[in-house]
Amino acid sequence: MTAQISLRNVGKIYHLGEVDIRPLQDVSLDIGAGEFVAIMGASGSGKTTLMNVIGCMDRPTEGRYLLEGTEVSTLSGDELARVRNRKFGFVFQSFNLLARTAALENVELPLLYWNDLPGRERRKRAEAALARVGLSDRMGHHPSQLSGGQQQRVAIARALVNEPAIVLADEPTGNLDSASEREIVALLHELNAAGITVVLVTHNPEIGAHAKRLIRIRDGRIVEGA
Amino acid sequence: MNLLKTLHLALRSLLRNKVRTGLTMLGIVIGISSVIAMVAMGQGASMMIQDQLSTMGRNIVMVFPGAASSGGFSFGGGSSTTLTSEDGAAAAGLGSVRAVAPVVRTRAQIIAGGQNWVPQSMMGTSPEFLDVRDWAMDEGGFFTETDVASSAKVCVLGRTTADTLFPGETAVQQTIRIKNFPFRVLGVLARKGTSAMGQDQDDVVLAPWTTVKKTLQGSAFSNVDQLLVSAKSDVEAASAELTSLLRQRHRIREGDDSDFRILTMDEMASTVTQTSRVMTLLLAMIASISLVVGGIGIMNIMLVSVVERTREIGLRMAVGARRRDILMQFLMEATAISVAAGVIGMVLGSAAAWVISGTLKWPTLISPASIGIAFAFSCAVGIFFGFYPALRASRMDPIEALRYE
Repeated sequence: MTAQISLRNVGKIYHLGEVDIRPLQDVSLDIGAGEFVAIMGASGSGKTTLMNVIGCMDRPTEGRYLLEGTEVSTLSGDELARVRNRKFGFVFQSFNLLARTAALENVELPLLYWNDLPGRERRKRAEAALARVGLSDRMGHHPSQLSGGQQQRVAIARALVNEPAIVLADEPTGNLDSASEREIVALLHELNAAGITVVLVTHNPEIGAHAKRLIRIRDGRIVEGA
Repeated sequence: MNLLKTLHLALRSLLRNKVRTGLTMLGIVIGISSVIAMVAMGQGASMMIQDQLSTMGRNIVMVFPGAASSGGFSFGGGSSTTLTSEDGAAAAGLGSVRAVAPVVRTRAQIIAGGQNWVPQSMMGTSPEFLDVRDWAMDEGGFFTETDVASSAKVCVLGRTTADTLFPGETAVQQTIRIKNFPFRVLGVLARKGTSAMGQDQDDVVLAPWTTVKKTLQGSAFSNVDQLLVSAKSDVEAASAELTSLLRQRHRIREGDDSDFRILTMDEMASTVTQTSRVMTLLLAMIASISLVVGGIGIMNIMLVSVVERTREIGLRMAVGARRRDILMQFLMEATAISVAAGVIGMVLGSAAAWVISGTLKWPTLISPASIGIAFAFSCAVGIFFGFYPALRASRMDPIEALRYE
């Protein structure tokens, strides 16, 4: 059986004038369905680029990327947008919630694209996702009325609303106090226990230690856990 | 994403920033409402002028005597005595002419019972006058050719004159005195209203032109002050035929100036309507400048908004929005602003036109065409000025956008 995420000799090259920048070089990596993986590395090590490639935000310039057996490195921008919408949930360090917008509406956002759900159905799904992260009583609140931990939980609900196979979290606890950090990590464990693949990017070893598998990256190459 | 969902999304975004949205709309509101009000005023004015001109009668050609001069000394327009009622009779025989009425003008005081009055207009003419001026009788009848031939002391009154001289009773078969000559009133003309020059056309006394000339003016000549000609259909042809006929009758040599002037109603009407059309166009142009300024305001705010919402754009792309979805969202926001502003502008402009016609007594005409054009314009302004900011939004790189501080 092939892995859910399968990278083969993937590289990324930027040409900046005379200089070539290679944030990723010859990365081969398999991640199976239901894994909990942490990608760790110092800043500038290429972990964010790797994350962007895995999340179909960025196309590799070399190598192949099979997502659930389908080659995605050659897809068009619109097709990649569809893959992101259907397969992935994104959680960011800075939450990226829309200001002056109720939590419920924030969570509904991914449902606006690539489907024709009626408004009532969108609302129902968003309510269910918020309930899953324990925020049923905060649905009408704006981000400014929520704590950092609550905001990140809204963001996780948004990542879950389309029932993705994979959740990608880029430093999800980077802006949070330690109590909220524990909450969020526990929530990610819960999701993983429910069968969702979790890929966590962090430079914090404590957070990395929660993962079942650790991948270390340095200077664009995987040095451990491939 | 379908249009309805995009519209809904756009409206949500706009309502998130009500003050800014309102201020952005202001430019278009002012632009559209001034276009609507200006065009309404211009069209109302030209409609009023045309209405008044049409009361003069259809296909009218007027012939005036030219200037007489003696020893290099001109007596001014109308002083020539060469235009006669015989000219009129000859003109009536032309193929392109329907009817001709000679006109002699005078001014005199009228006495009837205890009332006296100087009507604005006292004219001597022939029975063709009614036909030429397209005028109907209210009461009684008009004088006849026989009355003209015998210089009978009979007359017909306009509505205003009749009501002034005989308040509360009929004027028909009453006797009035003009310069102490008794005239029998044969009838009263139907109301015609104000002329294009602002004169009350119903303050008039008509009598046979021979009576006015001989009895009232005491003149031995048979020249007239004006020939009122009604052309069959082609006014140009009629005025050309009249010119050659009169030059021939007056023995004017090739190359010499005519001793008469010809003026057609169409010339007057087209001069007046041309003027008001240019005015309307000018007003609309000035107003559309404010529309363009409003459009630039929209573009400005949309550009700011796109930069401000960089992370939102990145996020939307991350969760699956295509570039087209982003483009449509921002384009829809700009269009929604300008269309909403356009609708408000139409309402305000119509209200302004209504107030203007109420307080200044200036007629206004709000045509469906001007409403339609204003609406189309506000859509176009939104799409045109919203496109560039929307394009900038849709061209963003999602990774960069998400990291934007």
